[in-house]
Amino acid sequence: MTTITPPQGQAEIQPPSSEVGVVGWLHHNLFYSKVSVVTTIVLSVLLLAAIWLLLQWVFTGARWGVVTENMRLFLVGQYPKDEIWRLWLTLALLSVTTGLSAGSSKSGAVRMLAMMVMAGQVLLAIMVLISGMGLVGALVLLLNADIVWVAMYAAQRRPIRRLWISLGWLATTVATVALIAGLGEATPLPNVSSTIWGGLLLTILLSVVGILLSFPFGVALAVGRRSNLPVVRFIATTYIELVRAVPLITILFMAQFLFPLILPDGIRIENVIRAMGGIVMFSAAYVAENVRGGLQAVPTGQHEAAFSIGLRTWQTTVFIVLPQALRITIPANVGLFISLLKDTTLVYIISLLDILGIGRAVLANPDYLGATFEVYLFVAMVFFVLSYTLSQASYRLEKELGIGER
Amino acid sequence: MADEPNGTPNGSSGTSVPFWRDVRVLAIVSQFVFLAIVLLIGSYLLNNLITNMETKGFAPHLGWLDLRAGYTISESVISYTPDDTYARALLVGLLNTLMVSVVGIFLATVIGLIVGIARLSTNWLVSKIALAYVELFRNTPVLVQLLVIYFVVFLQMPKVKESIELPLDMYLSQRGFVMPRPEVAPDGAIWFVFVIIGIAAAGTLWFLAGRREAAGQPTHGLRWFAFAAALGLPILGWFLIPGGPLEFENPELGAFNLQGGLRFTPEFLALTVTLALFTAAFIAEIIRGGIQSVGKGQLEAARTIGLTEGEVLRLVILPQALRVIIPPLTSQYLNLIKNSSLAFAVGYADVFNVSRTVSEQTGQPVAVIIIVMAVYLIISLITSVIMNFYNRAVQIHER
Repeated sequence: MTTITPPQGQAEIQPPSSEVGVVGWLHHNLFYSKVSVVTTIVLSVLLLAAIWLLLQWVFTGARWGVVTENMRLFLVGQYPKDEIWRLWLTLALLSVTTGLSAGSSKSGAVRMLAMMVMAGQVLLAIMVLISGMGLVGALVLLLNADIVWVAMYAAQRRPIRRLWISLGWLATTVATVALIAGLGEATPLPNVSSTIWGGLLLTILLSVVGILLSFPFGVALAVGRRSNLPVVRFIATTYIELVRAVPLITILFMAQFLFPLILPDGIRIENVIRAMGGIVMFSAAYVAENVRGGLQAVPTGQHEAAFSIGLRTWQTTVFIVLPQALRITIPANVGLFISLLKDTTLVYIISLLDILGIGRAVLANPDYLGATFEVYLFVAMVFFVLSYTLSQASYRLEKELGIGER
Repeated sequence: MADEPNGTPNGSSGTSVPFWRDVRVLAIVSQFVFLAIVLLIGSYLLNNLITNMETKGFAPHLGWLDLRAGYTISESVISYTPDDTYARALLVGLLNTLMVSVVGIFLATVIGLIVGIARLSTNWLVSKIALAYVELFRNTPVLVQLLVIYFVVFLQMPKVKESIELPLDMYLSQRGFVMPRPEVAPDGAIWFVFVIIGIAAAGTLWFLAGRREAAGQPTHGLRWFAFAAALGLPILGWFLIPGGPLEFENPELGAFNLQGGLRFTPEFLALTVTLALFTAAFIAEIIRGGIQSVGKGQLEAARTIGLTEGEVLRLVILPQALRVIIPPLTSQYLNLIKNSSLAFAVGYADVFNVSRTVSEQTGQPVAVIIIVMAVYLIISLITSVIMNFYNRAVQIHER
């Protein structure tokens, strides 16, 4: 076999320097025509000016005291100082379970979520240091971040069976409720009334509870909407469409006024629980639509195969169709969780103090008059970090599951 | 879905299935049971509601709709005084909701279109700025955006006396945006005849051009004539009518305030701008996805057969992109309408905000909430119907 050699005495011809390297990239992406040159220059100048002004304000003009001095409120609201260790313990439990699940899972997205739990706790540790809630809390959070890592490493070497992971999550959930809300006055875990939950804690509780509790209702509604029985189908469809047609605020408002009225006399429920009820009612309809999409994506052959081996309708739904449908609706439901997380800011209409509500309460203090932008920028940044990272994980999950590629 | 398998064949074989195993009977019975349970729970809750309301002394009724509202609403499209009824107050709120929604949808579509196309720009900087815009607005709560735009942008404007003067007698200040108020001049009505004829002529020409195009004949620039008719006739009419068809009442800077003119409050502006910017981020992604869904080969083929860039866009990209774009776009419009209820945060008198005051004053939260929910339901339904109609028009009819 002969090799082609460049002619003698002539160097190998290189591409022109304007086509490769940094210069080539600039030429291809920023300065490839007269219009692009002008656009690039004008936009760069404007962008640099905007960034300059913003940085100047952030470092010299802004009074960050309003955020740093109230950091504790922003994080946990009025949660009693002596009981805060319970929150750190909750996070430690979550870290263990997350690490173990991520280590046992083959999914890159789940591992990415575990990394986010780690990074999130490091960020939280910094905020705890600022808040003056003590060095111990911050150290525990940093330790938690390590726990995620260690648990992940351990589970990678010896994967844990799925059943144990599920049971672990169940136990963690029960423990979380017990730790945050308390067990009773005489126990080592005295009750912490939901009326004093607040800040980021409340924001996350509302959205997590909202999505988790609405899931069973949503699945039931979706199955109902695809039922062969007209009455069931009608009721499910009516509920879904009614809820989806009205804004969340009206449902929160209704929950606020209607729940106390429709319950029998003598039963009183806290404001926070009413809000959770409203959010669950709301998101169930959206979960139902996501799940319905998943149900429709399961090929008819699956139903027919299930029937032909003699399964009944409910068996087909529970054992054949739902597992496949739910798997592909995970990214959509993560998306729903993200929008729910942002929408929980609306609870301030029923005077709950979520992270935005705390911000507004802080701004009502005359000491911080005029520090509006500082507060809202901080709140927006917290949401941005949560929402952006979650959406990236969801995007990755979507690619892994190969949705839209089958 | 397939029917439930019927264990034993009935009819021909003669052995009949006992009725408690007959799927048809079971289906009916189970539906009745389900309905009975739903009704039972429903009536239990309703019963609680009625007894609770009676013990608290406010039985639900609708008589309050005709009572005097007795409170002021800061802005209204129709005339409204505190002497008007609650029903009219709610109507004022509804019209305000509609106004924010219509203006918001228009602005969101325009901004979304620009950002969506910018996302596809070959210029790296342009597409990255568009991406930053989309991520910023999609990943922060719309309520926070609204509060920033209201408190940090619109309320930080200069005082009225130091209003920013914009060209054409427009002013921007803490009290909002003021512009000349157009009013139809005595002879102005004729001008609208010009406008209507212009639009009708343009529509006819556009339709004829489409017919010729479908038949493979040259259009002879009919589409340009259509543009010319739509723009030219109104302009011609404007100059033919002595003094112009519209008179403008200019705002004037008085001792304490700007007098006259068409006024938009900072609350309205903040809400509309926020809804537009927030929704535009989602619309941009929808439009980008729609355009990208048209295969590259389609573009290349269209250029190969000699279509101009405009024709490629109008005849090849848009028809295919629109059928991907319209359904998600509809739900974004619906979201914008629903999000307009955030008005309460800045004190704009939309239907939800008005209803809160009404329910406090009348002590009828249940009736008020039901009315408001019905209003949103109807608006959503009408929007869906319009958009579905349009969607059907842009779908490619498969043969």
